Amino acid sequence: MRARVFVTLKKSVFDPQGRTIVDALQSLGYQDVVDVRQGKYFELDLATTERAHAEKLAAEVADKVLANPVIESYRIEVD
Amino acid sequence: MRFGIVVFPGSNCDEDALYAARDVFGQDAEYLWHKDADLKGADVLILPGGFAHGDYLRTGAMARFSPIMAPVRAFAERGGPVLGICNGFQILLEAGLLPGAMLRNRGLKYRCEHVYLRVEQTDTPFTSAATAGQVLKMPIGHGEGNYFAPPEMLKTIEANHQVVLRYTDPQGRVDEAWSPNGSVNAIAALCNDARNVVGMMPHPERACEALLGGVDGRVIFDSIVRSPKGFALQGIGRRLQPSQTA
Repeated sequence: MRARVFVTLKKSVFDPQGRTIVDALQSLGYQDVVDVRQGKYFELDLATTERAHAEKLAAEVADKVLANPVIESYRIEVD
Repeated sequence: MRFGIVVFPGSNCDEDALYAARDVFGQDAEYLWHKDADLKGADVLILPGGFAHGDYLRTGAMARFSPIMAPVRAFAERGGPVLGICNGFQILLEAGLLPGAMLRNRGLKYRCEHVYLRVEQTDTPFTSAATAGQVLKMPIGHGEGNYFAPPEMLKTIEANHQVVLRYTDPQGRVDEAWSPNGSVNAIAALCNDARNVVGMMPHPERACEALLGGVDGRVIFDSIVRSPKGFALQGIGRRLQPSQTA
């Protein structure tokens, strides 16, 4: 199975890269883009066919390694 | 006193730290490879600057899985003095030996310059020779030194007086304009609750000789080497049984 892990800075944490990007977009005339949050995207190929196991594995990897819980949160999609 | 300098693949200030301890301060000093299982009787540990394991995921994120970190953690938990400099500070945060996390610098740029720092606490093994309120000038070189802690954590850190150094202007006044990275509460150095583990973004090992542009970093080494508290710590590594550090 494949798991996709999206890691982003928590809403309460200032994202200097996202801020810079939204400023750049607005200077290009995209006034309707009001905010940008930059994050990280991981694709995990998993040697399992069980959805529950895949979800558990991806969550464990995200908790322990891919995300820092002090500043980041994550979302997982499995298929 | 015997210094152990922990070397990760990607560390690049390990030689500077060893040079400061051995050549400037005349102490025993030895490298500890990240795959080593013991601390070779070190009395004090330095996690030096650099880019441990490449810092590809997050700064310091992979270093905490290095084998040496188990005895480092045991040493820290038994009160052994541990100093993380720059990337070493980032590693201590990721390893949970210090609270909080690092973000990209507010201005997104890698900052390589001298900064002014105010000494906030002198009851740590690395600031005991300093005086509270003293202003130090030291070099920095980092892209992710924007220290962050969530509000509740920050409240605890301040209540416990764990902020060891703050970025200030040359007169020792906290001023946002003089912060190189946007750290919350201008935090440049931090200690744990037990005060034996200290992380700092500035590089004291690069500020120990006038030839290198300043000697304000000496007080950090003087604290651990020459102060009464430093002497009290002497031999702590040798007193630990191998089973306790494994």
